[in-house]
Amino acid sequence: MDLALPGVLPVLNAGAVVRAIRFGLAVGGAVAPRSVFARKNYFYPDLPKGYQISQFELPVVVGGEILIAVEGAEKRVRLTRAHLEEDAGKSLHEDFHGMSGIDLNRAGTPLLEIVSEPDLRSAKEAVAYAKTLHSLVRWIGICDGNMQEGSFRCDANVSVRRPGAPLGTRCEIKNLNSFRFLEKAIDFEVRRQVELIEDGGKVVQETRLWDPQKGETRSMRSKEDAQDYRYFPDPDLLPLEITPQAIARERDALPELPVAMRERFIAGHGLPASDATTLTASKALADYFEAMVKAVGGEPKTCANWVLGEFSALLNRLEVEADAGPVAPVALAGLVKRVLDGIISGKSAKDVFAAMAAGEGEADAIIEAKGLRQVSDAGAIEAIVDEVLAGNAKQVEDYRAGKEKAFNSLVGQVMKASRGKANPGQVNEILKRKLGEDAGPGGLAS
Amino acid sequence: MHDRPLAALAAGLAAREFSSEELVRHQLDRIARLDKGLNAFITVDEEKALAAARAADARLAKGEGGPLAGIPIAHKDLFCAKGWKTTCGSKMLSDWIAPYDAHVVERFAREGAVLVGKTNMDEFAMGSSNESSFFGPVRNPWDRSRVPGGSSGGSAAAVAARLVPGATGTDTGGSIRQPASLCGVSGIRPTYGAVSRYGMVAFASSLDQGGAFGESAEDLALMLNAMAGFDPRDSTSVERPPEDYRRDLPKPVAGLRVGLPKEYFTKDLAPDVAACVTGAIDELKRQGAVPVEISLPNQHLAVPVYYVIAPAEASSNLSRFDGVRYGFRAPEYADLNDLYRKTRAQGFGAEVKRRILVGAYVLSHGYYDAYYLQAQKVRRLIARDFTEAFKACDVIAGPAAPTVAFPIGEKSDDPVQMYLEDLYTISVNLAGLPGLSVPCGFGAHGLPVGLQLIGNYFDEARMLQVAHRYQLATDWHRRRPMGPNLGWPPGKSSSAWRRMRSCPPRPRSSPAHPPPSAPRPTRRPRPWISRCPGCCRC
Repeated sequence: MDLALPGVLPVLNAGAVVRAIRFGLAVGGAVAPRSVFARKNYFYPDLPKGYQISQFELPVVVGGEILIAVEGAEKRVRLTRAHLEEDAGKSLHEDFHGMSGIDLNRAGTPLLEIVSEPDLRSAKEAVAYAKTLHSLVRWIGICDGNMQEGSFRCDANVSVRRPGAPLGTRCEIKNLNSFRFLEKAIDFEVRRQVELIEDGGKVVQETRLWDPQKGETRSMRSKEDAQDYRYFPDPDLLPLEITPQAIARERDALPELPVAMRERFIAGHGLPASDATTLTASKALADYFEAMVKAVGGEPKTCANWVLGEFSALLNRLEVEADAGPVAPVALAGLVKRVLDGIISGKSAKDVFAAMAAGEGEADAIIEAKGLRQVSDAGAIEAIVDEVLAGNAKQVEDYRAGKEKAFNSLVGQVMKASRGKANPGQVNEILKRKLGEDAGPGGLAS
Repeated sequence: MHDRPLAALAAGLAAREFSSEELVRHQLDRIARLDKGLNAFITVDEEKALAAARAADARLAKGEGGPLAGIPIAHKDLFCAKGWKTTCGSKMLSDWIAPYDAHVVERFAREGAVLVGKTNMDEFAMGSSNESSFFGPVRNPWDRSRVPGGSSGGSAAAVAARLVPGATGTDTGGSIRQPASLCGVSGIRPTYGAVSRYGMVAFASSLDQGGAFGESAEDLALMLNAMAGFDPRDSTSVERPPEDYRRDLPKPVAGLRVGLPKEYFTKDLAPDVAACVTGAIDELKRQGAVPVEISLPNQHLAVPVYYVIAPAEASSNLSRFDGVRYGFRAPEYADLNDLYRKTRAQGFGAEVKRRILVGAYVLSHGYYDAYYLQAQKVRRLIARDFTEAFKACDVIAGPAAPTVAFPIGEKSDDPVQMYLEDLYTISVNLAGLPGLSVPCGFGAHGLPVGLQLIGNYFDEARMLQVAHRYQLATDWHRRRPMGPNLGWPPGKSSSAWRRMRSCPPRPRSSPAHPPPSAPRPTRRPRPWISRCPGCCRC
């Protein structure tokens, strides 16, 4: 918290610099060996010093790109720069009658502002970009991504143009604290600008505020009253010099990036691209998947199905991250192994999983306790099949008359009679054999 | 007691000749009697001072006291001291009580020094005469109708009048050296980065540096030992091993090369001041120092460059005084912008407003390159001049101020004349070098004159050595202003005193050396010093 008391001086936050380096490396940007802090001067009550320390001419990261996927298509979004600056406080206009409150708790805390080139063409792309960025900063451990608390915020610059024409005049939209608002605000703003131009009007460059209650943007300040920020290098802070050693240290500490991991999942594990994309949307999920494949000892596609199916559904229901879910990857692997060795059926596996999610213990214990072990003893299954065939003469006749559906009904009957425990593969096999045997003259139905 | 320098008082305290409480009471009594006529203090806190004195006595009794334990000192009123009003000489902060200690305040307290009060200053350290203070001008103890110099005028006057044996100051363009010169005391501005600026209310961040006033160079070394050192809270603080600034004091100056910038000895320098400074250089020569003529070719650009950079930084540094969180707020306002406008219009004085306007102008869009950027380029040239000069000399000598103390009101309506007061000091700040001023005689009207010594980066010890060797041979620094209110010397008439203080230096022990006042026709004329009609030496 910075109250800007007389005599107090700023000191660069070393952790923020490390995070900026990590980001630069993760997006393939250039980490500047020398960057400079500047003062952006303006008066506002939530800006206690009367200036914001930022980077102006020489930012810490230059260039880089983010790979996004929109409706199956991949797209590269170029980054202009990322610079370190201090946060301002918060003005609270709603909570005080006729007055504004100022919360200076976050004033002076460091933040990294990431600026992209005008490469995004729709609200959907903007959201995909923001989500990818959101995932990346959490992936490399530089931000918790909490949008409600403002750890991850975005402003959107929106302009419209006729096909082939140069970029139109842009408006900057502020106060977008969720991906949903980002999408709605951009869509609203696009409509507003198109209507304005179609009515013969002109877009003026301005800053607009998103009003989530009314679902619209409204003008905050226009470029005419844009201030002269009188930027100059901050004499209280020396230029930031980053050595190649410091960059190398961060490069070594950086985890495998999502793009690389996705490629590996496709090429190495043979997963479909869509699975790989979803699995690498969050580091926690990707790590979960990797740990599970390791514990199972292969079968990546089966693991992916479980992670993206039952497990993700559970996470969504509980609204938690993969690393905070109630079922550990080794535990889920234990369950999947039982399915793979045919101990339980896929259907009962789902019940076992539900029990595991409810905290009833490990897969094997639940299987035993609930008696879900499949019956794979051919003699036992044959006895049940004989019983079912004897009691369902109509279906047998239908099957023999060529009605394939009748076979499924018979399988169902057998499974029901075994209370779900019969190995379905074996049931199929035995049933087919028996129906074939009895197909000769003098059969049951003759 | 007050006629002893800080170093001697420290010895007296260590020997338990007197207690800190006795000494502090004595000084508080002097302040109570004499400061009404000087206005050197904005705040004096007897209670806090006596409590600190008793604590210091307890430390001294246990033999724990350092060289400053129990010594009464004063801080310029822009050093934050917890629980003390810290006004910066401004209405804006006239009632603001600092909730924390500045690095310098912390260091003095740690050494056991006793803070007795906060000294008057030009508002936000902007001025060279101490007339811009919201708390009224400080008067020069040598002549109360004259200014003490500024901006650390209160500290200089307090030490000159022996209200305290030592005081802190800050020097952004000469704010320690010029008042030291005008008040006849010793004052040092260390290398930029030697003393942390944490808790020192900023005027111009790239130029500000804390320093000290005392009677002698030895006093300054003692205080610098306490103040200097790395502080992670100031990003411009330089991390170096601690040093004892007294270490070179015993060394003679024979063979030392003293650079004399030809640009300092021109018609801009008052003849009486020139004569005193030349006399001081003669004394160093007598001791075997070697004068070397040097050149600082960009010296003439120092004042204009300073008056771009310093206001630019100030305009931004002073933005925090907006009436929102602390300090003065206009009693009535219509809305937010009106609150800012009225608070700042009513809270700042004319000189501060002038500099904020100049600073905002030189940083504004379209003017930045022509003024601010250009000034930064010239600043580098000025620094390079010094780097070149120090290849040929070990220390630079010259005047600290172009004239002796001028009458109150004489320059207050003419900012440019006022800015020229810092003609010889400003380039040191632009280069980030250390500089000091020691008394070297009396000029027109029997008023003190200072000799400025400029050292290379972090070469304070050598500068102090030269000043100390000079002070061993002279007694200018021992002279005190007299007058009915200053209590020294007892029993002498003012005309006798005036005669005494306006005569040339008499080295205390140099029988082999002819009196410097005697005409020396055989000497080569020094072309850069103009003849003077009025001074004591011609």
